[in-house]
Amino acid sequence: MSGLELLVVSGIKVVVAFAFLVLTVLVLVWVERRVVAFMQNRYGPNRAGPGGILQTLADGLKLFFKESMTPRKAQFLLYIAAPVLAVVTALLVFVVIPIGAPVTIGDTTYTLQVTDLDVGVLYILAISSLGVYAVALAGWSSGSKYPLLGSVRSAAQMISYEAALGLALVPVIMFSRTTSLAGIVEAQSGTFGGLLPAWNIVLLPSFVIFLIAGFAETNRAPFDLVEAEQEIVGGYHTEYSGMRFAFFFLAEYINMFNMAALTATFFLGGWNGPLFGPTWLRYVLPVIWFLIKSWVVVFLFIWARGTLPRIRYDQLMAFGWKRLIPVSLVWIMLAMVAIGVRRFGLPWA
Amino acid sequence: MTPADYLPIALMVLLGLGFSGVSLWMSWRIAPNNPTPEKLAPYECGIVPLQEPVQRFPVKFYLVAMLFVIFDVEIVFLFAWAVRMDEFGWAGIAAVGIFMLLLLETLAYVWKRGALDWNVSVRRRYRPVVAPDLEEEAA
Repeated sequence: MSGLELLVVSGIKVVVAFAFLVLTVLVLVWVERRVVAFMQNRYGPNRAGPGGILQTLADGLKLFFKESMTPRKAQFLLYIAAPVLAVVTALLVFVVIPIGAPVTIGDTTYTLQVTDLDVGVLYILAISSLGVYAVALAGWSSGSKYPLLGSVRSAAQMISYEAALGLALVPVIMFSRTTSLAGIVEAQSGTFGGLLPAWNIVLLPSFVIFLIAGFAETNRAPFDLVEAEQEIVGGYHTEYSGMRFAFFFLAEYINMFNMAALTATFFLGGWNGPLFGPTWLRYVLPVIWFLIKSWVVVFLFIWARGTLPRIRYDQLMAFGWKRLIPVSLVWIMLAMVAIGVRRFGLPWA
Repeated sequence: MTPADYLPIALMVLLGLGFSGVSLWMSWRIAPNNPTPEKLAPYECGIVPLQEPVQRFPVKFYLVAMLFVIFDVEIVFLFAWAVRMDEFGWAGIAAVGIFMLLLLETLAYVWKRGALDWNVSVRRRYRPVVAPDLEEEAA
């Protein structure tokens, strides 16, 4: 591809990915409110648009026209940089997720993935670490005590569970022999004995650890200590209002969808699924499988929120460090011995 | 892998910055701006704040950050090995196994020392270095 063509293709992919994420968030917030409402035996938002689907748009517009205050003691530059950083890091994680099979138009093949980095997994962990800065800076620069407490808590929580998140991915990489996300999806394309799809969910402990760490990493219930209203008012974004608050909200929901999409990619076979019908359908179906799998995981996130009470902070830290990390270390050792026996035979043979 | 693979990431950063910049600027132009001293005070549920926000927080959080650094570096080592696992065979598995046992031992040590306990009193967490018989002599 020539330089200009490359620029145009990348530009289109980036804009489409951005539009996709924003639309997803609009639907996601509504779905979450409705599902949680039905779980709590009430209706939820059902006025704006058919079934209330435009509620998020209405809320966003309202926030747009609201005053954005800057508290007196805030460090303005950092204070304004935090929500921007939150949104940018959330957008950046999605860049490496493949949402469909490569499409061939004419004699050029386009991947349905913004970019296929061969260090994809490392990139994701790096960018989600950067996301911690948004939280830490927001709390610190607000010049108020509850945001500071919330952000310190939240930063400690996020980095603790990030260790477990990374450890859960090691067996997946051993299995697929690559850290590229497209490669991981391709490695799951076969079947076991022609019956079951060869998804990485066979690494069940990894899947469970990844899902739990994902809940904690995105600050979702039952690990939503960040916004424990009874203790610390509203967490790190207490002092944010108007559009600046909307950005934190947007970033949180993009992160939630990213985590669901990553779970689908690493463990549920990504866009793999049965293909049939004419050529165009063979290009559309992988995207649909990917979306179905992602939304199933999203539903798990919402279900957990509707079901489980928030845990205490000491329980949260103890669970991360004393349960998840030892279990994932032992599981990696078991998995590497099992994979070793399968690939190289018994060590004494 | 070429630098061209990183071009979309740069574009996404630009798009994200542009989007946030433009919407923050437009919102700032359109939305009312009417600050009062009460509105700009730190939010504490309507109570007048009496002291400055604490700029010092428990050292436990710092400890967590240090432990995270130890484990995160380990994870990066494991990724590099996991990709090329086939080339190293059983020797590689044995080496990584020893490495992981050492890490489990590290975890067991900090666990035993109480670095992972959140609600333990300071007295139990950090035992005094003074030997008991010295204390008796002083008394």
